[in-house]
Amino acid sequence: MCSGRVDPAFIFRAFANGVDGVFIGGCRLNECNYITHGNYVALATVLLCRRIMEHIGINPERLSIEFMSAGEGNVFTEEVDKFVKSVKGLGPLGTSDEIDEDQFRSKLDLVTNLIPYIKIVKAEKLSSRLENEEEYDGLFTSEEIEELFNEVVSYYIDPDRCKACMICARKCPVEAIEGGKGLIHVIDQDKCIKCNTCFEACPEKFAAVQKIVSEPVPPPLPEDARMLVREK
Amino acid sequence: MTYTEVDSVEGEAGAFKVTLTKKPRYIIEDKCVGCTACVEACPVKFPDPFNQEISNNKAVHIYYSQAVPLVAYIDESCLYLKEKKCFICKAVCQNDAVDFSQMPEKVEIEVGAILLSPGMEPFDPKLRDEYGYGTFENVVTSMDYERLLCATGPYEGEILRASDKKHPHKVAWIQCVGSRQVIEGGNSYCSAVCCTYAQKQVILTKDHDADAECTIFHNDIRAYGKDFERFYERTANYPGVRFIRSYVSIGREIPESKNVTIRYSTYEDGVQEEEFDMVVLSVGLNPPIEFKDLADKFDIELNSHGFCKTNLVNPMETSRPGVFISGAFQGPVDIPESVYTASGAGSQCGTLLDHRRGKLTTERVYPPERDVTGEEPRIGVFVCHCGANISRVVDVPSTVEYCLTLPNVVHAQQQLFSCATNCAKEITDTIEEKGLNRVIVAACSPRTLEPLFWDTVREGGLNPYYFEMANIREHCSWVHAKEPEEATQKAQDITRSSIARSRHLEPLTQIDLPVDKRVLVVGGGIAGMTCALSIAEQGHEVHLVEKDKDLGGLARRIHHTLDGLDVQAYLNDLIRKVYKNPLVHVYHDATINEAAGYIGNFETTVTSELGISKIIHGATVIATGVDVYQPTEYLYGEDDRVMTHIELEELITDRDERVTNAKSVVMIQCVGCRNEDRNYCSRVCCSESIKNALLLKELNPETDVYILFRDVRTYGYLEDHYREAANQNVRFIRYEPDEKPEIEAVVEEGQPVLRVTLPDYVLGQKIAIDADIVMLAAAAIPPEGNKGLAQLFTVALSPDNFFKEAHVKLRPVEFAADGVYLCGTAHYPKLIPEAISQAYAAAGRVLTLLSHDTVVASGSVCEVEEKKCIGCGECISACTYGAIEFEDTKQGKKAKVNPVLCKGDGLCNAKCPTGAIQLKHFTDEEILSQIDALVPALVEVSS
Repeated sequence: MCSGRVDPAFIFRAFANGVDGVFIGGCRLNECNYITHGNYVALATVLLCRRIMEHIGINPERLSIEFMSAGEGNVFTEEVDKFVKSVKGLGPLGTSDEIDEDQFRSKLDLVTNLIPYIKIVKAEKLSSRLENEEEYDGLFTSEEIEELFNEVVSYYIDPDRCKACMICARKCPVEAIEGGKGLIHVIDQDKCIKCNTCFEACPEKFAAVQKIVSEPVPPPLPEDARMLVREK
Repeated sequence: MTYTEVDSVEGEAGAFKVTLTKKPRYIIEDKCVGCTACVEACPVKFPDPFNQEISNNKAVHIYYSQAVPLVAYIDESCLYLKEKKCFICKAVCQNDAVDFSQMPEKVEIEVGAILLSPGMEPFDPKLRDEYGYGTFENVVTSMDYERLLCATGPYEGEILRASDKKHPHKVAWIQCVGSRQVIEGGNSYCSAVCCTYAQKQVILTKDHDADAECTIFHNDIRAYGKDFERFYERTANYPGVRFIRSYVSIGREIPESKNVTIRYSTYEDGVQEEEFDMVVLSVGLNPPIEFKDLADKFDIELNSHGFCKTNLVNPMETSRPGVFISGAFQGPVDIPESVYTASGAGSQCGTLLDHRRGKLTTERVYPPERDVTGEEPRIGVFVCHCGANISRVVDVPSTVEYCLTLPNVVHAQQQLFSCATNCAKEITDTIEEKGLNRVIVAACSPRTLEPLFWDTVREGGLNPYYFEMANIREHCSWVHAKEPEEATQKAQDITRSSIARSRHLEPLTQIDLPVDKRVLVVGGGIAGMTCALSIAEQGHEVHLVEKDKDLGGLARRIHHTLDGLDVQAYLNDLIRKVYKNPLVHVYHDATINEAAGYIGNFETTVTSELGISKIIHGATVIATGVDVYQPTEYLYGEDDRVMTHIELEELITDRDERVTNAKSVVMIQCVGCRNEDRNYCSRVCCSESIKNALLLKELNPETDVYILFRDVRTYGYLEDHYREAANQNVRFIRYEPDEKPEIEAVVEEGQPVLRVTLPDYVLGQKIAIDADIVMLAAAAIPPEGNKGLAQLFTVALSPDNFFKEAHVKLRPVEFAADGVYLCGTAHYPKLIPEAISQAYAAAGRVLTLLSHDTVVASGSVCEVEEKKCIGCGECISACTYGAIEFEDTKQGKKAKVNPVLCKGDGLCNAKCPTGAIQLKHFTDEEILSQIDALVPALVEVSS
């Protein structure tokens, strides 16, 4: 397993559990023993997560990544000590952060639910293998994270256009689309990970799946009104 | 067999009879668990040889903390052995392992081949008074310093002065102590490793104390190894580090401070005397102390230095057939070179004994695996004391108690050494008795012992992936030695987290892959041919692919070596052997079009004079060599009197008039490397130039030869040739990279000459040399094709575009991609004997693979749950091994992993938006459960 295996979900899960700081250790940059160089990926992940933390009001200093070799126990100790000291200085999660205690859970839930979506939207940048650490400085900006959260996409199936063909439902990776043959399909917004699969899958002639940006999604069709009336 | 000596050797290659004496340990090896209770109790203190006698050890002790076997022994300082007085160790040993009745034991063994690896002995500076070693307290050798730096050293990793036990702040290293000296007690050769180890010690010193002032007094800096130049640069760039090129003498010891002064001189400032807190003597490498005795016992010849005399073209072959050597017994070499020769000698033993391969081995049989899927987790936890390594800090019994309160834990106990044979047996037995289906060992890092415990649980009939290790030593007791309560808490947290994870573990199958016994060798130079022949001689078919019309590579243009080898005669003989061997198939004019597959099962398409061939093979060796830099500087290409060292050698061999008539030849070193574009040393050019200089002097002693150098890097025995050249009046003039020599074509007294001007730092003025020939020691450079080849075979290149080995020291002839190997100058420029060592080494590793009919691929690889895959391709772009591809299904394209190519790094898993691709054994669920369990409040505790 490589440090590049660290999923943003792991980081936010730790914070959601009330952990005050998350430290990631990786091999020295450019010294991968393989051809993976996944530590750069880990670095990109951390930079993205720090911006997201900043956005939701958690001090980004609570997340750190340091690079060292397996033989550098002293560097490890030093860096961990430094980090622990810094986190102790910040106090328990919530004390020096801009996040409200009651908002804390809902905001972290929001981020956790959006992780698949963020992975898709930021896929290209997350995969970047830049030449050195310095080049990563501006990889993610506050503005783009702001935009990311403001312009979250939702998917909605237009009941007037849905032909209940099951194509989207079969392709949905998280089984978020309800409905069977003859029943107009409805997206369960809690389950949906906004992967765009249904949008792509819906036959062009129907174009029933709609992308909604920064607007509320219309309420789902009541269950008793979902029977499809076929035009003769 | 440790603590054993060889008495005599009889017989011949293939059938030796060796008589050994097993010295009494006075400890029964099978009973000792290495708990060190006896060591603590022993009343005898004596200076510890392992720690350079800086600190004390006891009469009964373990040689050092990573000793194999980790078992104590009693030496001559023991009171019982001397005067039958003391019995304390026998009384404290709980395993009854002390046995004073042991006697030396004669053992006779029959072997087919002998491999000698007696190593070397550091030079003893006491031989010469002028170093002050042994009289000035704060003068230490580099071996002493090495121990001081080490966490298991005399002061547990603190660098302390002998005089006042204070940290030295200002430290000086003196290079070439005992090396490059033609004086009584000194060695004429260069010890080859000291420049780099001193730099390492400087970096470690700066790690200990960032403000430390470190000064290296040196002659030439010989950073000739792969990546050494960058390392040198890195060291020199630390603030407070000075490299001073000067001969030095130790001045005096200051009575009050016990500081030591060093006198040195520089061109700028003349003679100075400076005070240092500590002086480190970079001592060189001597032959092993008992070298004469060794030579007699094994009936082998030694060279004039007391090292083993070896074949010019086979550094592992001694004068006696069937006796091989590896490591520094061939002369001063570094660790990678030692590893090459070890592996290479192994391959040669293999050739000798191939007809008997596998006849004495038996296969390990495990009990059948119990199917526990569907069972409720029944977790067993074994908490290790690690002697006292863990238990002196962590409260082990209370950790055991705590584990028993956690859900699904049906058994928990402590063990003195979980890795000891008896404890492993205890684990196996408990699995059966208590029906455990998960096993946790809370001990050390899985890096070292996980494979052993896998074995243990397999013996208990469990799938090895049901095993989980909690590291409470490196991650806990070692770093929290002074906080026992918190450490105990942390040990419990770590173990709880492992227990949580273990509930989600799944049985995985390792894949048995068949191994095709044919080999592809890419590159038909000396390395490629040597490797191919060594493999073929052990009965395997080899496809040798060469891009040119003829075999031989760059060696075709080299005629002599400094050691006097007739390269062309050797090369022709080698080529003849290759063509004669029916198992070696040669492809000339070849290019590689496609390469696919994985360890044991490669498929490569080659276009050659034979048309297009599809080669199926189980292993691949890359031996594609180097090119020679075509200079664009110093009028090269504009004036035909300017030539490379290879071109000059060709003229010398042809006795060309331009050479025989030359009155003056100037050689310029480091052309095309040790610069920004190529930040490495080409390793061979100094000796190539000295070789040419000596050949010129042989042709005409009146020819003036000048070598303009930056550092003369004639490491090892090559130093003797450097001295010879100086004795023959070859003039060596040093230049600095920012004041390079300048060259112009002028007419002097009616004769056209090349005028070379440069500053002479000794004279302190510019000098001009009129030359008839200017030779450029042109860099050895990686061929253009390396990038393409690296992509084809999915292997890595180093920053300088040479091929990158899997590990510099541990796996120097393998790539990270399994089944692909590396040798010769494709790895880095090197001399012919070095390329040959490495070629045998690669053959040795290939044979290790081919000696098995199957290889086992890890079960911890990625897998796609098809339903969840949305075909976004993120996993495919994340994978650097090409292990994932799209597959068309009814539900569109879906990612599919080839488990054999997957290395289990898990990058794809982190990229996947839907969690469709999971790294088995490190799934999202497994890792998240660990994260959750770190917060105690989230764990339900059973009463």
